[in-house]
Amino acid sequence: MSKLIYNPKFRAWFIQGCVLVILLTLLGTGVYNTVQNLGKAGITTGFGFLNETAGFDISLKLIPYSRASTYGRAFMVGLLNTLLVSGIGILVATILGFLIGVARLSSNWLISLIAAVYIEIIRNIPLLLQILFWYIAILNPLPRPRHAMNLMDTFFLCNRGLIVPSPIYESGIIATLIALGTAIVASIFLVRWAGKHQNKTGKQFPAYWTSLGLLIGLPLMVLALTGFPISWEIPVFKGFNFRGGLTMLPEFIALCLALSLYTAAFIGENVRAGIMAVDNGQWEAALALGHRLGATLRLVIIPQAMRVIIPPLTSQHLTLVKNSSLAVVIGYPDIIHVFAGTTLNQTGQAVEIIAVTMLVYLTTSLSISYVMNWYNRKTSAMGAGS
Amino acid sequence: MHEHTVTKKWNPLPDQPPPVRDFGLSGWLRKNLFSSVGNTLLTFIGITIVWLTVPPFIQWAVINAAWLGDSRSACDHLLEGEKAGACWIFIKVRLGMFMYGFYPDPERWRINFSLFLLALGGLPILTTSLLSENSGRAMYLVAGTVICIFFFGPIPGSVAALFLAGPFLLSLIPLTGKIPLRAWDWIFLFAVYPVIAWFLFVGDIFGLPYVDTHQWGGMFLTLVIAGIGIATSLPIGILLALGRRDSMPVIKTLCICFIELIRGVPLISVLFMASVMLPLLLPEGTHFDKLLRALIGVALFYAAYMAEVVRGGLAAIPKGQYEAAQALGWGYWKMMGLIILPQALRLVIPGIVNTFLGLFKDTTLVAVIGLMDMLGIVKAALADTEWLGFPKEAYIFAALTYWVFCFSMSRYSMSLEKRFQVNRR
Repeated sequence: MSKLIYNPKFRAWFIQGCVLVILLTLLGTGVYNTVQNLGKAGITTGFGFLNETAGFDISLKLIPYSRASTYGRAFMVGLLNTLLVSGIGILVATILGFLIGVARLSSNWLISLIAAVYIEIIRNIPLLLQILFWYIAILNPLPRPRHAMNLMDTFFLCNRGLIVPSPIYESGIIATLIALGTAIVASIFLVRWAGKHQNKTGKQFPAYWTSLGLLIGLPLMVLALTGFPISWEIPVFKGFNFRGGLTMLPEFIALCLALSLYTAAFIGENVRAGIMAVDNGQWEAALALGHRLGATLRLVIIPQAMRVIIPPLTSQHLTLVKNSSLAVVIGYPDIIHVFAGTTLNQTGQAVEIIAVTMLVYLTTSLSISYVMNWYNRKTSAMGAGS
Repeated sequence: MHEHTVTKKWNPLPDQPPPVRDFGLSGWLRKNLFSSVGNTLLTFIGITIVWLTVPPFIQWAVINAAWLGDSRSACDHLLEGEKAGACWIFIKVRLGMFMYGFYPDPERWRINFSLFLLALGGLPILTTSLLSENSGRAMYLVAGTVICIFFFGPIPGSVAALFLAGPFLLSLIPLTGKIPLRAWDWIFLFAVYPVIAWFLFVGDIFGLPYVDTHQWGGMFLTLVIAGIGIATSLPIGILLALGRRDSMPVIKTLCICFIELIRGVPLISVLFMASVMLPLLLPEGTHFDKLLRALIGVALFYAAYMAEVVRGGLAAIPKGQYEAAQALGWGYWKMMGLIILPQALRLVIPGIVNTFLGLFKDTTLVAVIGLMDMLGIVKAALADTEWLGFPKEAYIFAALTYWVFCFSMSRYSMSLEKRFQVNRR
């Protein structure tokens, strides 16, 4: 018997068996209690509730939705709102973050100081506080629609949000869209051809400038030829509120602002670390070969810096998506607010709803990290192979 | 050297001073702000940014602001127009609430006292040199006790004296002196202090009146959640990290699943789960404190992040260290506790402090499930009809408080990094 205790294999299996038994017992008790509690509250488990009528309205919807829609539809609306705010946040935060990271490394003392102050202030204040600050302290006290801040009679800022002209497309717009698509495809081919051409003949072709001209010029030309089949609906103040135009809710603005400003500070630090990780000799070597500053950056420094920047950048993007759940605090109708908040309160289906919500975030996180890992593998394969 | 020598030593002329434009103030300006056309342009952009932000803010926050008085009427003229300014009177009036929440006024000394005790107990651990010597420690003990008696009275003073003298005396007695003073410091801070603090906060013992957890709030509650979160998430995280690298497949899988699941979802959903699902999982009628639920959520969430940080440190320890420990015939826990973990944790101190920082900032989320932490209290104070219209002041004050904590923590982590000479790449 005592020999058995000192047998590592037996011990390993014994410990694992114990852990499993304890875990299963806990799980069993939890499930039993849950079933009991739900039964007493008169709640039937299952996903049938998704087909029931929701009966509440949502202030921001990208797909048609009304009180008569189902909970399933409300879930979709919430999910799209989460994706919308995350997408915009990621885009703005990345651009701003790169600017700040470069500014932090600038040889200009003042610019570098401003970037440093920005990073140190923003990073050390909780995101939730920043969201509430923008929403309650800045956007809420704005004047009422009647006294809205007015920019050229087309943009209005008031406590109902930012009201901008909305585009109205007429039938001819399809030609412009086709032109844009053609321009994109053409530029991709152009850049590829230019690369091959340079490899073969050593001659450079200004592919980037040409494709930029193509991307802007072609759609514009078609737009002009078809007689500008697009018009703008200018918001007008009537009665108590604005008519027409596109309203950006204050919740949406506050959330976008706070998320992108906050994440940009972190991305800025990642970018700085990435650029600093490139050895100084790389600069010197590239300049010694006669490359100009732009080419040095584009061909030597940025590709190497990106390899260091991408992994932390990915995790910042993931954090942003998860942080967008703070929307619930100011009532932006994201998935947590619509689904884990209102729907849960109305139906009481806690287990299903929490599980689905977590699954959504898990899937988003895993897919973003999968895409970024793929990119990471691709870029590091181009390197020295270390 | 003498005049009659034929060969004359060549004497260079004295060095000329560098051109005026290369040193002094103008040189500095030229080098750092106006070295090229582009740089000059950037400087002007920078000046514009500073000009647009700093003077208006100072005008609002300092020059126009109301500092004196204690009633709303002193702030009426500040709300709008040219003379708009900050009403710091609002903060002054509500300061007690922001700091202690709804903790009864006469009992607030208990919080101050326990924080003071924490500072007294923590100082010898945070600093290295002076306080580890016997004479320095004895002086520290006397000084701490005297200050405590002066501020809080004789009974708290004697508690403080016992708390401070404990590790010191135990390290001098032969039987318990085998464990060094530093270890006793840690033991007291992590085992004895929580008990004292718990009795002080809750009361209902030694003649202290009972204070329910729903009366806790403000910065006090934030610190309680952050403190308990930090103290529990690190040990759980270490266990999870060890489990993840373990050879036992069941334990390894469980740890990986837990870590990846938690890291993939936002803290809010974990808190929602803790507040909605926990009551469902327990038998009907079990009362479960709201604060405890939030604490479990925060601790488990951050344990997963901590596990990943610790795993990074474990991965950096060479295999030879394990083999050497095993060759000595040491068991798993002895090997981990005395050889591997001390090295691994030391490597990842910056990461650990960063995770603590994240935890501290994320304690604000407990406001979502209805706890009155600093942010929750600020929101509640803004709803006061007598003081409508000063959200900026309240949030800027809260932001400043959080900022001071986080900034000093991050600076401390940098100094630790330097002390341990950790080279990141």
